[in-house]
Amino acid sequence: MFDFLLYASLIIFLLGLIYKVSNWFIRKLGGVGQTVTTAQRVRSAASGILQVVFSTKLVFVCRAILVDILLQGRVFKESVLRWLAHMLIFYGFMLLLLMHALDSVITEAWFNDYYPTVNPFLFLRDLFGAMVLTGVALAAIRRYLSKVPRLRTGGRDHYAVIILAVIMLSGIGLEGLKISSHSEFTRMVEDYAGMDDEEEIEALEAVWVKDYGLVSPNVTGPFDEDLLAAGREAHETNCLDCHASAKWAFTGYTLAKIITPVAVWLDQADGTTIFWYIHIIACFAGLAYLPFSKMFHIIAAPISLIANQVMDPRRSAPANILTRQIMELDACTHCGSCSLNCSAGMIYEAVGNEYILPSEKMACLKKMVAGQKLDDEQMKAIGEGVYLCTNCDRCTVRCPSGIQLKELWYHVREALLMSGPPLAPVLTPFSFARGVAIQETLKAADYNLPIRKAVGLVAGQSEQLIKSDATIPLNTLPATAGRPSPGDNTFSHCFSCQSCTAVCPVVANYPQPEQVLGLLPHQIMCSLGLGLTEMAAGAKMIWDCLTCYQCQENCPQQVAVCDLLYGLKNFVAAKS
Amino acid sequence: MQFASFLGCNIPARVSQYADATGAVFDKLNIELVDFPEFNCCGYPARNMDHRTFVLSAAKNLAVAERSGLDMMVMCKCCYGSLKKAAYALDEDPDLKKDINAILAKEKLHYEGRVQVHHLLSVLYHKVGTASLKPLISKTFSGLQIAVSYGCHALRPSKITGFDDPVSPVIFDELVEITGAFSVEWARKLDCCGAPLTGVNDRLAMDMALKKITSARDAGAHYICTACPYTHLQFDWVQNRMALNSDNWEPLAPILYPQLLGLCMEIDQKTLGLDHNRLELSHITSYLMTE
Repeated sequence: MFDFLLYASLIIFLLGLIYKVSNWFIRKLGGVGQTVTTAQRVRSAASGILQVVFSTKLVFVCRAILVDILLQGRVFKESVLRWLAHMLIFYGFMLLLLMHALDSVITEAWFNDYYPTVNPFLFLRDLFGAMVLTGVALAAIRRYLSKVPRLRTGGRDHYAVIILAVIMLSGIGLEGLKISSHSEFTRMVEDYAGMDDEEEIEALEAVWVKDYGLVSPNVTGPFDEDLLAAGREAHETNCLDCHASAKWAFTGYTLAKIITPVAVWLDQADGTTIFWYIHIIACFAGLAYLPFSKMFHIIAAPISLIANQVMDPRRSAPANILTRQIMELDACTHCGSCSLNCSAGMIYEAVGNEYILPSEKMACLKKMVAGQKLDDEQMKAIGEGVYLCTNCDRCTVRCPSGIQLKELWYHVREALLMSGPPLAPVLTPFSFARGVAIQETLKAADYNLPIRKAVGLVAGQSEQLIKSDATIPLNTLPATAGRPSPGDNTFSHCFSCQSCTAVCPVVANYPQPEQVLGLLPHQIMCSLGLGLTEMAAGAKMIWDCLTCYQCQENCPQQVAVCDLLYGLKNFVAAKS
Repeated sequence: MQFASFLGCNIPARVSQYADATGAVFDKLNIELVDFPEFNCCGYPARNMDHRTFVLSAAKNLAVAERSGLDMMVMCKCCYGSLKKAAYALDEDPDLKKDINAILAKEKLHYEGRVQVHHLLSVLYHKVGTASLKPLISKTFSGLQIAVSYGCHALRPSKITGFDDPVSPVIFDELVEITGAFSVEWARKLDCCGAPLTGVNDRLAMDMALKKITSARDAGAHYICTACPYTHLQFDWVQNRMALNSDNWEPLAPILYPQLLGLCMEIDQKTLGLDHNRLELSHITSYLMTE
C-alpha cells in the first residue's frame, strides 16, 4: 500500500514536472514570439546556459544561489517577519524531507546508529516540524488576520497553507497518539525488549505511564516507589539504548498529555493507523500535486532568481526572453509584494478594477497563457488594468522571486492593445512611458493603432453638429439638475473674449485649428454655457490639451478653462 | 533641515540621475531627504480619467508625509502641480475630503491639511537661499549660456501652485546664475515642453519640444536646464530620437539643475550621473573655470 502510493505519486509528480517545464518552451505570451519554434527555444536556452557556465557570469549565479535563494535576501528586504516565516517553512520542511521522509535513503546511510527513536533524531524531527508549523502559522496570520492592503488570497494560496498544515499536524497527531498508545507500547515490548516476566512488564509500563506519556488501561498512578524502581531498571536494560525519553519529542509529547483522558479510547479505535494514513496520503498528495500547485515555485523561483542575475531583459536572445517570461509565471507565489507597493495602488482603490494590481494581472496572465478564453468584459478589464500603470518599475524591484514584471507588462500591453477593445486611458499621461521608451521598439503602424482606436472611441462625436449648416438646437435639455456638468460652473462667467484660445499653444500649432481640434477653448466654454455638454465633450481639443494652464492663467474672468477640459475628459471617460 | 522626498514614478525608473544628483547636493547642504516606501503615484496621469481617483492617489502621499510631520520636497513639476491641486481640492470640498479619508483609513492614514508641498527649486531658493548656496560653490562656469525651462505645472495655475510669479518668474534664473552661467532670455521659457502628450499625440508633443528647443538655441543657449523628469525625458530621449530620425537636427542637450549645481560643488560626474543622460553632456565641464 505504502509503496503503491509512493510510486504513484512520484510518477504523477515527474510527469507533472515534465509537463510544466515543457510548457516553458511551448507556450507563448500574447503576440510575442509567434515565429519562434519550441526546438529553437530549447536550443537557445541550452546555448544560453552554456554561455553562462563558461563565463564570469558564473559568479552572479553563485551569488544568486547564496543570497537570493539560500538566504532569501529579497524576502528579507520586503519584511523580516515574512522572511522568518519563509525560512522556517523552507528549512524546516527540507530538513524533515531529508532526515525523516527519506531516512531509509539518506539518514541511515550517513549515520550508522540511526533510529528515529533516539536523539538527536527524535528531538530534531519535532524541532523541524515545529519550525514548519510556526512558519505556516505566521503565513496564515498574514493571509487571514492581518490586514495587508491589497493582499488577495485565492484557492492556490489556501491550498498551500492547508497542505502544509495538514502534513505537519497529522505528523504531530500520529506521534502523540503513538506516545500515548498502549498497543504501541505492547508491540514494542514484544518486538524489541524480549521480556516475558509479567511483573517486570507491569513495572516498566508504570514507568512509561509516569514519565513518558503512555496511557494504560491496566495501570494508573500513583505508583509506589518500589514498582517504579524495578520499572526503571527494566527500562535501562531493555529500552534506553534505542529509545530516548519521549519528552524529547516535545510536540508529540505535549499532544499525548493533552489527549490523556481519551487516549485509551483513541488507541482502541486504532487512531494511530488513521493518522498514519492521513499523514502519508497528505504527503503523497502534496508531492503528486506539487507541479500544478503554487508550491511549484520551489523549482521555478530559484531559476527565476538566477535568470534575474544573468539575463538582460533587453539584450538576451528573444527566444530566451519568451521562455523566461513563461517560466516566471510559475515563479510567482502570489505573495502580494507587488500589489502592496504598487504605485497605482490608490488608483485601484478608487477604480476597483483588480487587474490594476500586479499580483492579479499575473494570475490572469497565467490563465491567458494556458489558453483560457476571456470574455469581452474581462478583456476590457485586463486591458485597462494593464494600462493604468505608471511604469515606475517598483513591482520588478520588489518581487522576491526576481520576476521582470515590467517586461511582462510591456509585452502583454502591446498584445492587448492590438487585439483588445479601444481604451480611453491611452489618451492620458499613462501613455508617457510608451511614448518615450517603447515607441522605438515598435513599428510605426503598431505604435499608432491603439492611439487611433482610442481617439475613435472618445473624440469627434460633435463633428455632425460642428460641420452642419443647420443651426444648433439650444435648450433641448430641460434646465434642471439633470444636465451633465463637467465640474464647476465658472464657464458661466465667460464673456467670449477668446483670450484662452489666443494663448493656447495647441491652437497656435495649426494653420486651421478648428479642422484638427473640432472646437477651440472659448467655443468649448461657450458650448458649456449653452448646456451643450455633449457637444463640448466631443471636441478633439480636450484630448489634445497639453494642460499647460495658459488659458486658465490668462482668463480675465477667472474661468477654470483647463480644469473644465479635465472635467470634460472625465465626463467622456466615465461614459466609455 | 529634513524633508520627505517625493520622487514619483519617472525618476526611479528612467531619470535616476536626478535623484542621485539631488541627493549628492543635499548631502553638501546637510539637509536630510527621507524616503517613504508608501509614497505612490501623485495622481497626475489619472486626472484625465477621473477626478476622485486623482485626488485619492495624491492624498495618500500627502497623508504619509503629514503623518511623519515633515514637509514634502517634490522633484517633478507635474507631481508638484498634482499634489498642490489635490491639496487645494481637498481644502475646498469637505465632502470630498471625508470620502477620501474614509478610503485612506484602510491604510491607517488620515489627511488633515497640515503638510506643505515644495518643489526642489523652491527649497533651494526659499529654504536654503542663494546666499547659503554660494559658499558651497567652489568652481564657477564662465561663458556658459543656459536656457531655463520653468515647467507649466509648477507655474500655473499660480493661485494654486504658488511657485513663482507666473508672468516673470525669477527663481530658476537666479539659481542658475549663482553657478556663474548666464540665464538667457528666450521667448518660450514659460511654454509647454510637450511631454503631457508624448504617447498620446506624439506629433503635437514633438512640435512643442521643437519650438522650445529652437527658441532656446536662437537665444544663444548652450544647454537647456530642467528640473522635471517629464521635461527632461522630452528633451533628452524624445529629442535624441528626433535627431536620429533627422538629417540636420543638432540636438540641444538638457541638464538637470542639481547636475549643473553639483558640478560647481565639485561633485564627481559619475555621482551626478552625467553619462546617464542620453544626449552628450560631458562638454559642459569645459566651461568650468580652473582657478
